[in-house]
Amino acid sequence: MKRVYVNEEWCLGCHLCEYNCAFANLGLKDMADALKGKKIFPRIHVEGDEKISYGVSCRHCEDPMCIKSCIAGAISKENGVVTIDRSKCVGCLTCVLVCPYGALAPSEEGTMQKCELCVKNSCGEPACVTGCPNKAIVYEERG
Amino acid sequence: MSIRYIYPEFEVVRNENRCIACRVCERQCANEVHSYNEEKNVMISDETKCVNCQRCVSLCPTRALKIVKSDCTLRENANWQNDTIKEIYKQAGSGGVLLSSMGNPKPLPVYWDKILINASQVTNPPIDPLREPMETRVFLGKKNGEIERDENGNLKCSLPPQLELSMPVMFSAMSYGSISYNAHASLARAATELGILYNTGEGGLHEDFYVYGPNTIVQVASGRFGVHEDYLKAGAAVEIKMGQGAKPGIGGHLPGAKIVGDVSKTRMIPEGSDAISPAPHHDIYSIEDLRQLVFSLKEATEYKKPVIVKVAAVHNIAAIASGIARSGADIIAIDGFRGGTGAAPTRIRDNVGIPIELALASVDQRLRDEGIRNTVSLVVGGSIRSASDVIKAIALGADACYVATAALLALGCHLCRTCQSGKCNWGIATQRPDLVKRLNPDIGSERLVNLMTAWRHEIKELMGGMGINSIEALKGNRLMLRGVGLNEKELEILGISHAGE
Repeated sequence: MKRVYVNEEWCLGCHLCEYNCAFANLGLKDMADALKGKKIFPRIHVEGDEKISYGVSCRHCEDPMCIKSCIAGAISKENGVVTIDRSKCVGCLTCVLVCPYGALAPSEEGTMQKCELCVKNSCGEPACVTGCPNKAIVYEERG
Repeated sequence: MSIRYIYPEFEVVRNENRCIACRVCERQCANEVHSYNEEKNVMISDETKCVNCQRCVSLCPTRALKIVKSDCTLRENANWQNDTIKEIYKQAGSGGVLLSSMGNPKPLPVYWDKILINASQVTNPPIDPLREPMETRVFLGKKNGEIERDENGNLKCSLPPQLELSMPVMFSAMSYGSISYNAHASLARAATELGILYNTGEGGLHEDFYVYGPNTIVQVASGRFGVHEDYLKAGAAVEIKMGQGAKPGIGGHLPGAKIVGDVSKTRMIPEGSDAISPAPHHDIYSIEDLRQLVFSLKEATEYKKPVIVKVAAVHNIAAIASGIARSGADIIAIDGFRGGTGAAPTRIRDNVGIPIELALASVDQRLRDEGIRNTVSLVVGGSIRSASDVIKAIALGADACYVATAALLALGCHLCRTCQSGKCNWGIATQRPDLVKRLNPDIGSERLVNLMTAWRHEIKELMGGMGINSIEALKGNRLMLRGVGLNEKELEILGISHAGE
């Protein structure tokens, strides 16, 4: 299955992926309109310091801890993509506690959100990948 | 403000309606122009530090930025122009030599733009390169004067070593140190994929790049940095650098700040020490001395590799080239006055040397007149900007062209001409690890391959139009060129007729 991978060697720590992610999932046409003066809630987060940095998003684990832990049954796997049904989420934060990658975080409304590889928006390829200026984020099949 | 204050050259224009304060510009500017005001949630900029490299403009996700030339101007004066006056102010403040980078930006004549190319009509049909084969391969090196046969009538195959190029273009010398590891990696990988060569420059060859040896020209310059037996044997050819078009007659100076880690190891000098290349080679004061170095290098490489001698285009270039041809060199590389540099004194860059077009024409003619043209190949550089410049150079008599500025542009360079600061925001002319990694060689080499592939298509189209299907048939074919707006003397030196003749 194709997944989002980050090559920390090429990550510049520019944080563009966070903004592209936030914009992609708002479903608006213009980034300035969409994000001007707003706090963003991206599903990828850049970690690190000036020397080394990398974006972290959901790994779409083979056997995801988040699915097992969800008390509301809101998280499931669809074609290998771990997705969340936010109408079911009760905001208990258990998934946040158990995810070893810190890939889940609350959305603006308080329900949990996570990277769903842009399959639920109109981007096609994940927006963090297409927007990365240094090909540090790739979307590919790895064994 | 004090007497030292000079109004910034550029203004950062931020469209506040579009800026989302994502701080990408701030993180990407090594010159620290942009900063974030948390209290007001706005970005602010300090224009005094801006060099107009356009990194922030290119990465701004909402296209909120542009850099414009400041219109704060001194009183107009055709003699004392703004730049001239500001240079005086700078020198009055510093007492130092002005430094500049990349090629001469002055409005001196560009002869390429005053030369036009022929095309076939009616009597000699043009060729369609999409339907018929076109040969862009060239071989550089000494050619035999005549066909020799042994007593049985069989051909004697004793051709001196040759370089094979898939197209008449090579990446010219840029040292590891002046440009980054990733820039070198991009050039090396692209040259290998394209079947052309790149050039190490005088900084030695990083151990990681020995695998690209068959597509590498290793350079020996006056500082002899990084030169050892394995280095000489690693490349496809050895180049002796006598001069550089951007700064003829002076050496080089890579500041100690850039001699870090692998650069120091590759150059074989201590970390932090300035790498000073003397103006002359201290063992070369005559053609005879040059001949000694040419043959020392041939001896060291067992006569298996061509030796290139690179000189800057200067006033007596034809006589100098004739001397080089007789020194035993296989290839002469001539670098015109518009050639780039990682740092040069401004006055030298802008005022020393001659245009490559005139140098090339006069050298080719002189070598032909002396009957020694076939003993050397001619490579020219110094602002070859496009496929049509390549075609014009070949028709004027060059065997191949060196390109560097165009290659750097493909890698992301925006010609801000401040390489000497070492803070290249595009990861090219810098050794700062956080900046070097901005140039991903996967992207860099792909863009170089794209550029050269595009040029190769254009070269074929231009050749086809002339009814020529092989680059060899264009070489020195000056009948394919006409001048526009050139005087008699210029046409005479270029050896071409005026348009309409």
